[in-house]
Amino acid sequence: MAHFDENAKPFSHKWMNERLAVDTLKRVLSTEYWIPKNINFLWAMGMVLAATFGILLISGIFLLMYYQPNTQLAFDSVNYTIMSEVGYGWLWRHIHGVGASVVFLIIYIHMFTGIYYGSYKKGRELIWLSGMLLFVLFSAEAFSGYMLPWGQMSYWAGMVITNLFSGGGLHADFLVEWIRGDYVPGQAFLNRFFMLHVLLVPLAIIGVIVLHFGTLRLPHVNNQDGEEFDFEEAAEQYKAGNVKESKVIPFNPVFLSKDVFVMGIYFIFFFYLVFYHFEFAMDPVNFDPANGLKTPTHIYPEWYFLWSYEILRPFSTNVGLIAFGIAQVIFFTLPFMDRSPNVAPASRRGLFKYWFWALLVDMIVLTFMGKLPPQGIWSTVGLVAALTFMALWVALPIITKLEKKL
Amino acid sequence: MKELKIFGIVAIFTLVLYWGVEPFAHSQMHKHVEGHNLVYDGTADVEECAKDKVATKKAFWADVKKIAALKGDAAAGEATYAMCAGCHMEGAVNMGGVTPPSLEHAGAIYDKNFLIALIKDPAIATNVDHKYPNGTMAHPMGSISTMVTTPQDIANVVAYLQAKKAGEVTPKEAFTEACGRCHANRYGHLTQLGEIPKTKSNIATGKDIDAMKYQEKVAVEEASLANYLGKLPPDLSIIIRARSEHFLHTFIEDPQSQLAGTAMPRTGLNKEGMEKVFAYLEETGDPSKPLREETGPKVLLFFLIFTALAFLWKKSMWKGHH
Repeated sequence: MAHFDENAKPFSHKWMNERLAVDTLKRVLSTEYWIPKNINFLWAMGMVLAATFGILLISGIFLLMYYQPNTQLAFDSVNYTIMSEVGYGWLWRHIHGVGASVVFLIIYIHMFTGIYYGSYKKGRELIWLSGMLLFVLFSAEAFSGYMLPWGQMSYWAGMVITNLFSGGGLHADFLVEWIRGDYVPGQAFLNRFFMLHVLLVPLAIIGVIVLHFGTLRLPHVNNQDGEEFDFEEAAEQYKAGNVKESKVIPFNPVFLSKDVFVMGIYFIFFFYLVFYHFEFAMDPVNFDPANGLKTPTHIYPEWYFLWSYEILRPFSTNVGLIAFGIAQVIFFTLPFMDRSPNVAPASRRGLFKYWFWALLVDMIVLTFMGKLPPQGIWSTVGLVAALTFMALWVALPIITKLEKKL
Repeated sequence: MKELKIFGIVAIFTLVLYWGVEPFAHSQMHKHVEGHNLVYDGTADVEECAKDKVATKKAFWADVKKIAALKGDAAAGEATYAMCAGCHMEGAVNMGGVTPPSLEHAGAIYDKNFLIALIKDPAIATNVDHKYPNGTMAHPMGSISTMVTTPQDIANVVAYLQAKKAGEVTPKEAFTEACGRCHANRYGHLTQLGEIPKTKSNIATGKDIDAMKYQEKVAVEEASLANYLGKLPPDLSIIIRARSEHFLHTFIEDPQSQLAGTAMPRTGLNKEGMEKVFAYLEETGDPSKPLREETGPKVLLFFLIFTALAFLWKKSMWKGHH
């Protein structure tokens, strides 16, 4: 056993240090956690995401105190109890609804930043993979949460998405019934998605966030030029007082001060949406109570799922399901599909530059088409965009293999 | 500055994305219906109806125009109105599927032309004549043609309704009279029979017998409505958030324009009536609006100051770093 000073006062600095190594923790996790200096505001998206997750967690806890996971009561517990009887219940709900939508915007920005700057390569594969795992978990969290108000869109989205598990031509209806706990979405269905939303998935998210942070520590954060340098040397330089020449800054307080500033701007945007523009995050269709006898004219997912929905839609059932399945996992393969050793912004990487922008534009086109009714020209555009998505991923290993070494 | 350029690119892509999934997608998903500024002259009815009905409808609305030009005598109208009051009264009972609504504020919330048309032929006026292939006599109010018979009588009754405007109509009254006979509003504690009465449960049993009796009455009324209209009209508690304002306006003005074949009759609301009904729908469907408008600026101000301070902190921290 380690040595403990008997004269140290309880909870004094020394006493804490002997038991919890607070000085070392502080050093390793904050004041001597080195971040490259050559970065822009996009590097703050991680902290913005952490803050948004915090907001979702807190607002969720408040909503949880009044929400009733019962098919008879759920709709009114959300739309009446929380919205008009609970003091500021409407504020928590609007924060939670807007937060759920905006968190995906930031996730996508965070993801595309990583793709643009090549932050998933050579030593940083686990950062990318754990990040993608978070994307999947957030998707599960968003979907399960969408069931809870038990409106028309909750019910029918639940119906459509769980139907996917029948595997098209496989007709695995037993699997669908097992997932729903019923032939159609009902009480058992609502209860289990409630459990997933408030316990299992958030728990997994918190765990994977810790893993995601952990994966950053050894390979270090990438920088705007993909430049590789000796972090220890740069750190020594910084500690010696050459802050101008050093290529690094400490996480706390230098990097954090910029993070907090970016978060401030983000919060202005966020709360502007919460108070003045929340409708985009709360679909009107879901303000009609669930009705199994009345299918809404248009069934579509929230905007952040539209691109993958559109990869499912233009094809026949089985082909569509396979394409959809591929779209769900294809981003995981990015560090291995990209055969180029270059870690650099896409603008300096030859063909990859065009690949990046083509992927971004294609996914936006898919997103538009995913919401529009699949008729006439929209079906054709959707089909072309879905095929383009597939073609881009097939082309990736080839164009990156051809890329000249920088 | 490079950061601003990057920010600009992110902002542009975000806005394009928003435009595509919200305004653009919604403009493509819903058919666009023009409103008629609450003018009830049958224009839309003639455009929408089956070919064989065009002549009838044209003639009908031309007659309405003629009656509207007559000078109504309110005193004579009051005498004729006694016949209306036989059904439209306090404690009215369900007649042929629906309970006749109160006409307490009819002159204030309904359009004059619409009222004339309604008395002349309730089925054509409300644009649900397709539901009565055997003629308007089958309409619950069909017998009106045997009571108020001449154009002058109609003008008189309408003059009386408009003259008796009893004080300012509240949003709740407007909703109850114009919508409440078919649509409940549970967040406003309204059923098709009106305000839900306050009852007490028996302390020994925990059962509230009066509430149960009331619920039974409501259930009977609803069954009668569902039988008459083909389905139970939806509860309107939060319809204001489930449909766009434009949809509700055009739908209330002429239900057939948005939902061809619907059993919902036109209600003939005028500008004041429409405003009052909307005020009530907002009261029950979006009650947080006043507090939201009050809190919003404060929260934004807080984050403006927060951001300004954060900027100063950042500036001091990064001093000498570049």
